Amino acid sequence: MNLQDTIITDVLIIGAGLAGERAAVAARERGLGVTILSMVPPRRSHSTAAQGGMQASLGNSAMGQGDNPDIHFQDTVKGSDWGCDQEVARLFVEAVPIAVRQMSYWGVPWNRVTAGRKTLPDGRVIEDKKEFEGLITARDFGGTAKWRTCYTSDGTGHTLQYTMDSIVIAQGITVHDRTEAIALIHDGGKCLGVVVRCLRTGGLRVYLARATVIASGGYGRLYTASTNAVINEGTGMSLALDTGVVPLGNMEAVQFHPTGMVPVWILITEGARGDGGYLLDKNLYRFMPDYEPNKKELASRDVVSRRMVQHMRKGLGVDSPYGPHLWLDIRHLGAKHINTNLREIANICKNFNGIDPVRDLIPVRPTQHYSMGGVRTDIDGRAYGLKGLFAVGEAACWDLHGFNRLGGNSLAETIVAGMVVGEKIADYALGADLDWAYPLVKDAVRTQEERIAALASCRDGKENVFALKNEMGEVLMNYVGIFRTGEGLQKAVDQLTALYERSAHLGLHAPAVGANPEMTACLRLPGMIRLALCIAVGALARTESRGSHAREDFPKRDDANWLKRTLAYWDPGCLAPRLEYEPVKITSLPPGDRGYGESSTPKV
Amino acid sequence: MANRNLKINIFRYNPAEPEKKPSMASYPFEELPGLTMFTVLNRIREELDRTLVFDFVCRAAICGSCAMIINGKPRLACKTLTKGLPKEITLLPLPVFKLIGDLSVDTGTWFRHISLKTEAWIHTSAKFDPTAVEERMDNETALRIYEPERCIECGCCIAGCATANIRDDFMGAATINRVARFMVDPRDERTPGQYFDVIGCDEGTFGCMGLMACDNNCPMEIPLQYQLAYVRRKMAAFGLGGWKGTGRTGEPQHHRAGRSAS
Repeated sequence: MNLQDTIITDVLIIGAGLAGERAAVAARERGLGVTILSMVPPRRSHSTAAQGGMQASLGNSAMGQGDNPDIHFQDTVKGSDWGCDQEVARLFVEAVPIAVRQMSYWGVPWNRVTAGRKTLPDGRVIEDKKEFEGLITARDFGGTAKWRTCYTSDGTGHTLQYTMDSIVIAQGITVHDRTEAIALIHDGGKCLGVVVRCLRTGGLRVYLARATVIASGGYGRLYTASTNAVINEGTGMSLALDTGVVPLGNMEAVQFHPTGMVPVWILITEGARGDGGYLLDKNLYRFMPDYEPNKKELASRDVVSRRMVQHMRKGLGVDSPYGPHLWLDIRHLGAKHINTNLREIANICKNFNGIDPVRDLIPVRPTQHYSMGGVRTDIDGRAYGLKGLFAVGEAACWDLHGFNRLGGNSLAETIVAGMVVGEKIADYALGADLDWAYPLVKDAVRTQEERIAALASCRDGKENVFALKNEMGEVLMNYVGIFRTGEGLQKAVDQLTALYERSAHLGLHAPAVGANPEMTACLRLPGMIRLALCIAVGALARTESRGSHAREDFPKRDDANWLKRTLAYWDPGCLAPRLEYEPVKITSLPPGDRGYGESSTPKV
Repeated sequence: MANRNLKINIFRYNPAEPEKKPSMASYPFEELPGLTMFTVLNRIREELDRTLVFDFVCRAAICGSCAMIINGKPRLACKTLTKGLPKEITLLPLPVFKLIGDLSVDTGTWFRHISLKTEAWIHTSAKFDPTAVEERMDNETALRIYEPERCIECGCCIAGCATANIRDDFMGAATINRVARFMVDPRDERTPGQYFDVIGCDEGTFGCMGLMACDNNCPMEIPLQYQLAYVRRKMAAFGLGGWKGTGRTGEPQHHRAGRSAS
């Protein structure tokens, strides 16, 4: 380490997706110096992949009339299966209309209300009124009482990210792309900054800041089949867990998206079903109305995913070399609708599967999609356990989503959390000193230098990083997926523990000068297996079913014992996480039936 | 039908080892149904050569990370099926952009510089009012903004552009398209004169030789030919004193209008 490679800033943000950039703008507007670290150029962030939209109760569209934050609140809390923090949900639903309008002010070309009568695919006729023409419109998404999901055609994440990044550029916020934070620097009570590895050169740098923010997204890529971008390996969550003092919340709450396209697992947006798409089985029979007569294909994501797996278990899936799947049928929406409103879907089908959804059925299967869990924070975004550390977006367990996130609530969370927590970050940073002890920083760097040297020289062995990573992904798919059992989860814990022990013996098979991609993978993998263990151990301990966490041996939600949030700590040197629990804050909506989906009684 | 045995030729160079000259390496690969270059490159790295450097993020043609020259054409590797290619496939990094290693180039820095240079953000004197309902916009206008907005800054149009390949300062189709996006946006108050300053020059719209490889190469199928013509026509009209602009601030400032559109 030398001071040439040390960078000092007021607010350091790890991750340049929507949550990180929105928080950066908030802090910058308060006059603070902000530096964003990102593994990729900001506009390549996984936020751009969100096609569907952002929920806000504007109530402009015909099917959104009468909507308000109270209804959005109820949908969110019910959707979370009462696992979310109701104070956070309340704050969120009140703030999100402002956030959507501000994004419009900054340049997002939201689709707008056009007046007139329209016939929906199911035959219903609706009328958008003249008085709302030109205001931001909304589409239907699963699990919502009103049409509330604001969108820009099928590129909502893209337009939000490009607009947000244009403001980051306009404000002169520093972005260091192709960098990866590999360790937090802390003294057990306070976070001082991070050790960063440059993904261009492989060199290490130190960033010191008054406030450090984890905004690095989810961990989808722990699973073999995930809709997530390949960079979503839970890196920021690992940094927090590795401190030993910051817990991860509800890591067992993993969302599966009903429609990942076989076999590349690219997401087919819920917009396809929102606009009237059907799910069909091998006999081309539309089965969802049998299970969910009211919501049909638009029941909550966890419900639809489970019904699909249930239906395939009855032998009604379509056989393929990649295992059984079902069909998504949007042919009846017509070429014009598909090639404009759902153009991205049409392109994905053509480019990655050689099929045309105007004529062909789309092969789909539930696929890992979203991590509700993450770095546990309070309502102000402050991470538990370390002063000066914050987390926002999918990397955080703020906890807006509880055990199931509604479609359209994650993009909304990124912007709202960035906006709200960004102010708290600024408040903190403005009152905090920049103070750091040189020996502490030097030790943090030396620890990482030693790890890198050990891997390069195969000091501790020559375990194959890619093989171990694939094994981890398969264990999670097989035993920590949509349906879970105590027996399967115990197997997962045992196998992951064995993999974790082996990961201490990783070594480079092909040493190379510079930012060797094998080194990047080796540095990440032990942390990824620790996250996998937090998921599996948390799921094994939680002897109930709630939201996305479906235990076949405990099919009922158990509010008497489990209306609480899991906190997973990793004590230094241990082979497993230590679990603690905290109560879930219920302010106004006591636990009840979710009202859609018989989620507590899966009939297998 | 037996699977084809592909031969994948890949450009190799690590700038951290300047003493080793750039070279081509070949890897055998058995083709599978529905195989894309995403799977090919990852499996080569996992099974044949762990030092191979390339970029993927979304692997779904959304993020624009993985553009490279595939058998002579700039394309997104993630959405390139091997099926449509001959048995021998040659992969080169995009030209124009700085090489990071092997197939990885620094499009991020290039596009950031261009965003700064063209001030690619909404310029408005309006203040955001958190208590107010959003300003109305015609849906057709929103869709017209979205069309050029769809650009994913992958660099294919730049890499395939003859002008960009011979001139470092040419801003290229993606940049002109981005400017077009702001020109059609009623929220942006820039005057024609201000846009002329940004793009009405030899580095911008008037540097285009009209070969239109950009339009052919765009993986998002953005009608770049139309967008380039739109901007050029507006700039030429401004040069001749005819365009009053779409911004809300009224009369354009008439400056530098003496520059012709030749």
